[in-house]
Amino acid sequence: MSIEELYRDVILDHNRNPRNRGTLDHPDAHAEGNNPLCGDELSLDLRLDGDRVTEVAIQGQGCSISQSSASMMSQAIKGKTLEEIEAVIATFKAMMDIQASPSRAGLDPDRPGAVLGDLEALQGVRKFPVRIKCANLAWTTLEEALRSGKGKVES
Amino acid sequence: MTDFSHVRQDFPVLKRQIHGRPLVFLDSAASSQKPTQVLDVMDAAYRTYYANVHRGAYLLSEESTTAYEDARGKVARFINAGSRSEVVFTRGATTALNMVAFGWGMDHLSAGDKIMLTMMEHHANVVPWQLVARRTGAELVYLPMDADYQLDINRLPDLLDERIKVVSFTGMSNVTGTMPPVAEIARMARDQGALVGVDVAQLITHAPIDVQQFQADFVAFSGHKMLGPTGIGGLWGRPSLLEEMEPFEGGGEMISDVQLEGSTWAPVPHKFEAGTPPIVEAIGLGAAVDYLEKIGMDSVRRHGQELTGYALNRLSELPAVRVFGPADLTARGGVISFALGNVHPHDVATILDQEGIAVRAGHHCAKPLTRALGVPATVRVSFQVYNTRDDVDALIAGLRRVQEVFRVD
Repeated sequence: MSIEELYRDVILDHNRNPRNRGTLDHPDAHAEGNNPLCGDELSLDLRLDGDRVTEVAIQGQGCSISQSSASMMSQAIKGKTLEEIEAVIATFKAMMDIQASPSRAGLDPDRPGAVLGDLEALQGVRKFPVRIKCANLAWTTLEEALRSGKGKVES
Repeated sequence: MTDFSHVRQDFPVLKRQIHGRPLVFLDSAASSQKPTQVLDVMDAAYRTYYANVHRGAYLLSEESTTAYEDARGKVARFINAGSRSEVVFTRGATTALNMVAFGWGMDHLSAGDKIMLTMMEHHANVVPWQLVARRTGAELVYLPMDADYQLDINRLPDLLDERIKVVSFTGMSNVTGTMPPVAEIARMARDQGALVGVDVAQLITHAPIDVQQFQADFVAFSGHKMLGPTGIGGLWGRPSLLEEMEPFEGGGEMISDVQLEGSTWAPVPHKFEAGTPPIVEAIGLGAAVDYLEKIGMDSVRRHGQELTGYALNRLSELPAVRVFGPADLTARGGVISFALGNVHPHDVATILDQEGIAVRAGHHCAKPLTRALGVPATVRVSFQVYNTRDDVDALIAGLRRVQEVFRVD
């Protein structure tokens, strides 16, 4: 196992140049997440048009895994419907589930990038179990934001 | 240079390979490794004479009690206590600090009073006081840090007013390695009439400790950072403080008599040791004290200074490294926190782990301090008697590897 399996170029690139950074005025959905043990922090704003996420804005600080995961997530969900986003979340979670086999996780080794795009670069995290919660932070924050957004839409 | 090379042989875990590399253990400030001399003593206690203490009228119990109380005597001598009854065995420094915060604070603090802590404290010396402040209405005041990562004691005369009822501070920061002038701070606080406590969880394994010279009222420490087992530590208290303090826990062992309507307490220190204590852990702590005394705490201090100086020098070879701590080796111990460019400490720690090097990354249970440093987290290396210059060299090579992966210049 080499360290380059974890720190792939795509991850380092997203860490250095994170996409969709910032905040939104009056977001339709918002959540904050943190890993108290390591101090990773994330704030996530979403703009919704009907059931479609039109804008994503992320602020935060933390390790390259947590920050690149957030950056890649922002790209993966922007412009997608809530239903499509649920599917991405499920696939990502399956990828991070070290109990599950890679095939069950919905990953296709012959078509890298087919399902999750850049996010598949985070597969390497599976081999570094203590870092999985870093990769998951953005996603649990997203789920929280979607719950808050739903409440907002319904009320 | 002191020859400490033989010491390594006493620590079986250091023979391990981690990811195919020899283990370089640089996280002793979190918890130290244990020498065979401690493990053997604990093993023998369980195998040959274990029984509950202070109870049975039979030989095993008598032997256990003697070993347990001998351990207390060893600890008392190690910190130069006036007598062994000044040493209360606790679960660790955290419990010791909670004991005083609650056992003394709940009866002596009220609205309008102030508790003085410092910006350098471990959460164990912050949160218990916050809990007691919340219940009593007392306020918290923090002594700040200066630009050289020292406590700003010039501010003390200003901050120390008659409302300050207790001053509790660290003898050595677990983040910056800073060793504040304990006796000087204690004297100023006592002159103002405050109760004075020192958290020596780090200091106790880096330098000789003399509680009489400190002139403090209480001192808290943990066994597991000083080569002893987990689950044991201690509170040293000035006899008058221990007499007046209420017990923190009630139960067996700590009573003199129990009536239905109330009880009277056992004499100090037993009034603070409710329930069956961590007997074998205490005996193990006694063995750790024996081990450290055999090396000699003056030698331990010299070794730590020598290694810290070497590490600071070698770290300065890497321009991207920024150290958070005093440069003056006489005012610091063997704990070094740093940042490596913009690489997050967790990424540094993961890459070092692949090289077999164990370091700590995070806020080190001292969030107010890391916040004051202006960073969310740091990388921390810390030394013990078993560390060598080779460990430092491995660290530097590991950091160069981090720079390679993250393309830091």
